[in-house]
Amino acid sequence: MEGSSKVFDVSPLWKHVRKEWKLYSFLVLPIIYFLIFKYAPMIGNVIAFRKYRGGPNFLGAEWVGLQYFKMFMKDPTFWRAFWNNIFLSASYLIVRFPLTLIFALLINEIRRLKLKKFVQTVSYLPHFISMVILAGMVKEMLAASGPINALLGKFGIEPISFISLPEWFPSIYISSGIWQGLGWGTILYLAAMTGINTELYEAARIDGASRFRLAWHVTIPGILPTIMTLLILDIGGIMGSNFEKVLLLYNPLTYETADVISTYVYRMGITGGNFSFATAVGLFEGVIGLILVTMANTISKKTTKSSLW
Amino acid sequence: MKVSASSRIFQGFNALIMTLVIFFTLYPFIYLIAQSFSSEAAVYAGKVSFYPVDFTALTYKVILSKPDFFRYYGNTLLYAAVGTLISVTATAVMAYPLSKEKLRLNKFFIPFVLFTMYFGGGLIPNYILVAKTLDMRDTIWALVIPGAISAFNVILMKTFFSSLPNELEESAKVDGLDVYGIFLRITLPLSKPIIATMVLFVVVGIWNSWFDASLYIQSKEKWPVALYLRQVIETAISPTEIGASSEQTTQIAATVKSAAMVLTSLPIICIYPFVQKYFVQGMMIGSVKG
Repeated sequence: MEGSSKVFDVSPLWKHVRKEWKLYSFLVLPIIYFLIFKYAPMIGNVIAFRKYRGGPNFLGAEWVGLQYFKMFMKDPTFWRAFWNNIFLSASYLIVRFPLTLIFALLINEIRRLKLKKFVQTVSYLPHFISMVILAGMVKEMLAASGPINALLGKFGIEPISFISLPEWFPSIYISSGIWQGLGWGTILYLAAMTGINTELYEAARIDGASRFRLAWHVTIPGILPTIMTLLILDIGGIMGSNFEKVLLLYNPLTYETADVISTYVYRMGITGGNFSFATAVGLFEGVIGLILVTMANTISKKTTKSSLW
Repeated sequence: MKVSASSRIFQGFNALIMTLVIFFTLYPFIYLIAQSFSSEAAVYAGKVSFYPVDFTALTYKVILSKPDFFRYYGNTLLYAAVGTLISVTATAVMAYPLSKEKLRLNKFFIPFVLFTMYFGGGLIPNYILVAKTLDMRDTIWALVIPGAISAFNVILMKTFFSSLPNELEESAKVDGLDVYGIFLRITLPLSKPIIATMVLFVVVGIWNSWFDASLYIQSKEKWPVALYLRQVIETAISPTEIGASSEQTTQIAATVKSAAMVLTSLPIICIYPFVQKYFVQGMMIGSVKG
């Protein structure tokens, strides 16, 4: 510890706790809260391996091994939800990620500050709208007498009942996500851009770099850690999906392309009352999600030195 | 600075893109407002696009003449008030000690909190715990307690507390304040910006939430407004249930959804421009690694 300016507290732990007990006392209730409302449900996942017979005993009645896992693995509806989930998340990510980055770069190029603020304010707005309203808007916009069909009618196209056609669901899912999240998604990029050393821009400009080259050689490298962090989070979240949105926008006619793991869990568990079965599916999703985010984090740490933990 | 031709072209192109983005962002709102004030004939004929056709405020009159809407609104206000108080207080109390580097046990407590960001109980175990084990069904507690503290918000506050200058606390200690006094009289007053941000996060979250209520609140008279709105949108609620007389029913059926959506999102849209900077601030503080 020589040469270190930090004073290390080397007293025994109990002495340290006794000295700082007032500060530690803040944590008592929050920790109990975390144990009950965050960790107990994690432990509650054991009913994926145990039969839950209803009632308050959230740990289930008896061990059944991998019975529920075998059951859902044999269920073609599960696999449909699994692949739908991956397809929807991945295509949404592929569309959204570059669009958000480009939109952030374009906002960054706006010279008039008032205009920039206005664009930001307006484009963040949909993020604050309830999913119920978003789903309602989508249905009104796509209704038979709604504006989209009115526009198509001008080109002589018959009204399309978008909401009940499975082939349209992915487009609806992606475009409504872009509508709601494009602006908000730029915030962290814009914050990172303000942190870039302006001398780098000056130097590049003196060298005669064009606007495009400035973006490519200064801005993007400057925000690369942010890009990587967001990409890790997104890849880790690929097994997730916008549960509330799918639940509000899908219907039995579109299950074929719209049903995802979380809505499948919801129907099996909450609607159908097969709690243990649905928990097994949910646990499967959660564990894959955890593995994905850990892998993405490790890869990012090795290649770009930016990571979540 | 000289402005080159290519730069001008680019700025023009950029302005065009921004105009399009603004238009597409605002258009659904414009359409909903236009539709909600139009006659049913115009709506069914698909004539409404940017402004009300055959202006009528009948739908609003009918919705607002019955106590229903106000009751659901009132429920939401209550849930938002209680939920925000609990959530913000608990988050601040938890984040404060976690921001103190001298606490050796934080080495254990911080990962304990962070882990819940990446793994959770999932829908069913949470449902069983809240509905069956703790039996919070049909009470406000099922809506405001299970989500009261989120790891993200704790990290957000912890980061803010860590950024406060240490000297103020030190001098307060010299003045004889203990840890609780310092937290209440020094730290919290200095943390108004982050508290404002947190309050807004939680209020908007509760204002918009409907799913937990659909799981736990069986009595319809306790529903939050967002859940009521969902029913209006999904089940094509019968106009007489809203309070329309028989000659008003077709008008109401055509515009009730858009009018209800406008009424529900109005508070958020009205306060949003004034408070959005707090949200952005919050996002940025949160993005600094804890």
